[in-house]
Amino acid sequence: MAGHFIERMQTGLWRENPGLVQLLGLCPLLAVTSSFVNGLGLGIATLLVLTCSNVLVSATRRWILAEIRVPIYVLIIASLVTCTELIFKAWFPALDRSLGIFIPLIVTNCAIVARAELFASRNGIVASLFDGLGMGAGFALLLMVIGFFRELIGKGSVFAEFDKLVGGDPLAGMVLVDGGWLLAVLPPGAFFSLALAVALKNYLDGRRKPARQT
Amino acid sequence: MIPRTAKSGVTLAAIAAVCATLVAATHRLTTDRIAANEQAWLEQSLLPALGDIDYDGSITESRLELEPPHGLPGNDPAIVYRAYSGSTPVAALFAVTAPGGYAGPIRILVGVDAGGAVTGVRILEHRETPGLGDGIESTRSAWVHQFDGRSLGNPPAGAWQLRVDGGEFDQLTGASVTPRAVIKAIRDTLLYFDAHQAEILDMPATAEPE
Repeated sequence: MAGHFIERMQTGLWRENPGLVQLLGLCPLLAVTSSFVNGLGLGIATLLVLTCSNVLVSATRRWILAEIRVPIYVLIIASLVTCTELIFKAWFPALDRSLGIFIPLIVTNCAIVARAELFASRNGIVASLFDGLGMGAGFALLLMVIGFFRELIGKGSVFAEFDKLVGGDPLAGMVLVDGGWLLAVLPPGAFFSLALAVALKNYLDGRRKPARQT
Repeated sequence: MIPRTAKSGVTLAAIAAVCATLVAATHRLTTDRIAANEQAWLEQSLLPALGDIDYDGSITESRLELEPPHGLPGNDPAIVYRAYSGSTPVAALFAVTAPGGYAGPIRILVGVDAGGAVTGVRILEHRETPGLGDGIESTRSAWVHQFDGRSLGNPPAGAWQLRVDGGEFDQLTGASVTPRAVIKAIRDTLLYFDAHQAEILDMPATAEPE
């Protein structure tokens, strides 16, 4: 089981990363990654929803006829997202304000319904749980990396506004430079950053392959 | 043998019931906390516009909603909060919409004390250009602080304009449409307060919509 877990994690984090390889869920990915904390917040929320939906879809897969599977996925995912939104509003109000509409919009993240359809509806509960964790972590990690990068270039700070997550007094994070290259936090910066991340992944994969063959 | 459609219907209903229960339970669990958070956030976001005015109790309880046409800037309902010290009104907060922003209306909060002087101005909501027009936010520049303590006599209503337009207030580097809209809204709010001060401060609070 441990080996299986490691394999699912590798698949989600790298080999079939929902953002980098499947290019799913780009709307939230591009929109909220203007800072590390936002990326982390939405990443955790997506991870939570994806894992729970995978488990529920897998657990109910015996009773679900093929014709009604999509409405059932929609029901399950929408309920989970509503619960997540309420939980965020109650315990992380600042983060909820900053992510705004993108928490309810997790419903439309195709990475989640794709995993329900492609994986959870065909595999056991434990495997689906691992798959949800792996894919969710892969997505969350990408959100964090891009958020970190854009915040660094665009605002010259690192880990700013962590109070949104932990509460309490405003935290400035580490300010390296005052101000930054504004473009990075504007929408084009999101596209550039994602393109760089995809390119970097392909470059690393390309380097590894020939090495294995020889 | 149960027909397939009936089986589908029952499955769908059962799962819908489970999901609804889940959402209802979470809602019950969080509803008090969410209400408290929203109240605290509102109260906290109103405070900066009050400057160092001393008041008793909660400002949000004195909420007054004015439907248009109300004579205040903007065509949206204007919201007024009153601050009292004992039973004496000491200040009013106006949440109004400034039309004519560069990228749509700007929602601003103007605090006015009983003498008609501005206690503070804060921007509640806007869609101005990042890096240019968003300097009206107090977290991005000190621009909104130039209104603190100013009133209709200081400068006179005619001089409530940007310096480039012959007035007394600074503009923002690279943006003049945004500050122009904000200044006009503040001036109009002050004019309204001057004309309706007594009724605004004495009107009973509008019940909170449930």
